[in-house]
Amino acid sequence: MMDLVELTAAQAAAAIGRGDLAARELFDFYRDRAAADELNAFTWVAQESPEAGDGPLGGVPLAVKDLFCTAGVPSQSGSRILEGYRPPYTATVVERLARAGAPLLAKTNQDEFAMGSSTENSGFGPTLNPWDRTRVPGGSSGGSAAAVAAGLAPWAIGTDTGGSIRQPAALCGIVGLKPTYGAVSRYGMIAFASSLDQAGPLTRDVSDAALLLMQMVGARDPRDATSLDYPGSVSLPARTDLHGIRLGVPTELSSDGIEPGVLGAFAASLELARQLGASVETCQLPHAAHALAAYYVLAPAEASSNLARFDGVRYGLRAQDATDLLDMYTRTRHDGFGAEVKRRIMLGTYALSSGYYEAYYGRAQRVRTLIARDFAATFEHFDFVVTPTAPGVAFELGAKTADPYAMYLNDICTVPASLAGIPAISIPNGMAAPPGGGKSLPVGLQLIGPAFSEDRLLSAAFALEQALGFDGRAARR
Amino acid sequence: MIDRDTVLHVARLARLELSEEEVARLTIELGAVLEHIETISRLDLEGVPPTSHVIDVTGALRADEPEPCLPRERALESAPEVLDDGFAVPSPQA
Repeated sequence: MMDLVELTAAQAAAAIGRGDLAARELFDFYRDRAAADELNAFTWVAQESPEAGDGPLGGVPLAVKDLFCTAGVPSQSGSRILEGYRPPYTATVVERLARAGAPLLAKTNQDEFAMGSSTENSGFGPTLNPWDRTRVPGGSSGGSAAAVAAGLAPWAIGTDTGGSIRQPAALCGIVGLKPTYGAVSRYGMIAFASSLDQAGPLTRDVSDAALLLMQMVGARDPRDATSLDYPGSVSLPARTDLHGIRLGVPTELSSDGIEPGVLGAFAASLELARQLGASVETCQLPHAAHALAAYYVLAPAEASSNLARFDGVRYGLRAQDATDLLDMYTRTRHDGFGAEVKRRIMLGTYALSSGYYEAYYGRAQRVRTLIARDFAATFEHFDFVVTPTAPGVAFELGAKTADPYAMYLNDICTVPASLAGIPAISIPNGMAAPPGGGKSLPVGLQLIGPAFSEDRLLSAAFALEQALGFDGRAARR
Repeated sequence: MIDRDTVLHVARLARLELSEEEVARLTIELGAVLEHIETISRLDLEGVPPTSHVIDVTGALRADEPEPCLPRERALESAPEVLDDGFAVPSPQA
């Protein structure tokens, strides 16, 4: 008798392929687990098993972040303004994965419109971290990360704008990958910041991430003008050493503001990388210190424009008894948006308002150029840049909600790669105690590579993962 | 910095009604966040071009060929109010 929850998605797909496991049995197993979820990881769970397909993903069911449109299924982006919204079409990437044999199991909870680093900003209540239910799972793809870590779903997809796949993956002890901007179609993703948003896998291990990513990239989507034909391909990783790999450790992202436990785990993994044959040297990203400031101009500015569509006319909430059209707009938006979304709409509108555009948005786009150049210069001498994924382990619910900027600092190590549009992966990097002491919690290690280096990135991450030997079973009990 | 009148002006631009409590809180919070963001105003950006898409994309336009679009009834399915096959909005004359 197989212990289904202990199979990775790749192992489950192989078992189905051999005829040792029925796809329907696996779907029903996970549907029951998802329906009994106590972490508030889901906003919707499938009622019925789908017809068995025969795609390369074998029928292993997929959890999908709420903000991906799924025809006839609630797609609310974590917002009360879209409560109960069932879109008339499905996001390209969800369609592709279903065709490839990963049918929709559930929709996962998230920070409202993906704005947040803890999933506490969801209009449908916070998600809890399966390692410690008094703590956050990270965000914004916190529902996807918690579901995979807790074994409530075999694998999941999320979106990453400034770290929203990588940071929750780190805080939940799983793998999360943000692909090169443009590698995956954004069609049908409810937009947050269009020049940064990118979909990617959240999985139990690196092999599962590769298996899922293979089916997410490919020919450009004619319905997303920013999507690209993926050059090269993604293969299943097999590398077990790092001989000849040059790792760069940016001094700017590996010291200030990072918890001692996280730094300790980081240093130990750098030593392990050396033992595997890698060279590890410091590198410089001189403009990384300005990445967070640039990000918190660009993302809110784009969000304020994208969220203009939520006006009570075509879908979602509408304030009743309005005196005129303007009154209906302003009251609908007052009632439907949560505090963080209002904060970012205000910040973004201010940054784009007459007389301020060049001082904020224009300058931030130029800073973005400098950060991309920093990475380009670094990749002339290094294969990958490595950093801790998040500056700390999972924090307690409510610990950072009162101070917006303290919450934004969670993104300090993940935002630079987002601004540069390059791929980055977070893998489990052991456990560390929180600063005040107490039970140890997962830590993440981030590897950043040049545009379209996903295959090499996964390969190096796999070698490190095998050597690290992270044990995630405790979160699945 | 940010004062109450600025917050009210920006809220009007954003088509967002704010309660008195929200106005007071946002005046403080936006000021604090903008203070952090101001650090980029000290950078020398002379001659640095802006970046929007970090990968060079050319010829992103698709062929302009007619194809079926979303049927009207499906597009109207989620509308809060429908009138004469269209989206209904409040009108002061109604």
